[in-house]
Amino acid sequence: MEIRRGFHQKLKEIQDDVLAMSGMVESAIMSSIEALKNRDLDLAHKIVADDIKINQKRFDIEQKCIQIIATQQPMASDLRTIISVLYIITELERIADHAEGIAKIVIMIGDEPPLKPLTTIPLMAEKACDMLHRAVDAFIRHDAETARKICLEDDEVDNLYNQVFRVLLTYMLEDPKTITRATRLSWVAHNLERSADRATNICERVVFTVTGKMEEIASKY
Amino acid sequence: MLNGIPSLETKKLGLWYGHFQALRDISVAVPRNQIMAIIGPSGCGKSSLLRCFNRMNELILGSRVEGEVLFDGANIYAPGVDPSEIRYRIGMVFQKPNPFPKSVYDNVAFGPRVNGFAGNLDEIVERALVRAALWDEVKDQLRKSAMQLSGGQQQRLCIARALALEPEVILMDEPCSALDPVATLKIEDLMRSLVQDYTIVIVTHNMQQAARVSDMTAFLMMAEDRAGVLVEYGPTSQVFTTPKDSRTEDYITGRFG
Repeated sequence: MEIRRGFHQKLKEIQDDVLAMSGMVESAIMSSIEALKNRDLDLAHKIVADDIKINQKRFDIEQKCIQIIATQQPMASDLRTIISVLYIITELERIADHAEGIAKIVIMIGDEPPLKPLTTIPLMAEKACDMLHRAVDAFIRHDAETARKICLEDDEVDNLYNQVFRVLLTYMLEDPKTITRATRLSWVAHNLERSADRATNICERVVFTVTGKMEEIASKY
Repeated sequence: MLNGIPSLETKKLGLWYGHFQALRDISVAVPRNQIMAIIGPSGCGKSSLLRCFNRMNELILGSRVEGEVLFDGANIYAPGVDPSEIRYRIGMVFQKPNPFPKSVYDNVAFGPRVNGFAGNLDEIVERALVRAALWDEVKDQLRKSAMQLSGGQQQRLCIARALALEPEVILMDEPCSALDPVATLKIEDLMRSLVQDYTIVIVTHNMQQAARVSDMTAFLMMAEDRAGVLVEYGPTSQVFTTPKDSRTEDYITGRFG
């Protein structure tokens, strides 16, 4: 017989909040790339402004975790879940900062002519968001196996990042006048690469939640 | 010399009350100078196990023990062992404070007197009360009736009474269940200081208390036939963070009770 129904209901609500926050963060990343593609300065400004909402969401969830620890004395996997939530929301908040960073680069670029059509950067964004989405999903389902697999996909994002960097480098070598624009795009790519890294950090927390052990699964650099 | 040997150990311990088997196949080892907590749902045999450690179950008619309970490596159920000898080397504190209706002093001095102690009683009484963290509160009223003390003070008096016999092990059966939270924390604090000199086994319904005070935790459950069985035994830090058995996990996270 389930005897702590109220407590486990609260714990479920916290995990639903994490899912909601993750949705906000994924949409911030995808919007930032939309803004970059379409030179949409309004959208970029909106992403920067909305970052406050994501930060607030993080603090709300943190507060709920502190309350549940103080009042319910969670144990074992429940305790690990709550501790993991505290780490995961920090990672999510940082990924949102990467989205904000990209939006600020879009604002910086303003109406400069595009260096080249964007191809690989949107792919990076999609892959990073996909990893993030599945990482948080694995957390909700306490699925360590899937989390381990997602970690290994980080190499794909790293490869795309190297590809972007090499292409930008050829532009800069050919024509030094492109250096400013090319550098900005490499910052965008860097933000995406870091976002994928943070998704793997979330995966490591999923493994901890399930097994109680912290594992360094993929090398980060 | 005894360093490598557990203070208390049970080997395939079984306990019967008449035809009813209360415990089955319990094997645990309590390391010296550590606190072992016994947790589990009501009726799983926690107190029965505790009472096997100083042959208290023998006071119940029709009880029978199989397997071994080793104290410093020697079976306390071996023929020729005197249970009262065992009981004063292995002291016990009960759920409800049960001071004798005598003065504070006489409560603590009772055991040594009964055992014909001929030395300086004052010294023994003071030492026991100091060890039980009660001395400062009662030193000016040693002649006062123990019944006038608060519940928490009475329980510490009972601990002092056990300590006066210079035991090696202290068994505690729900020692805080009749106490308020502050008195409870005081007893827990006291247990941590006592464990430097004694080995302690505590039965508690309060999982947080087991997690706070103990070094080792044993989780018992009732089997189909209602006999108590050992589900998991390990370091407290492991049992409460990453239990190995899913039944332990379900119990301590409150998914069943």
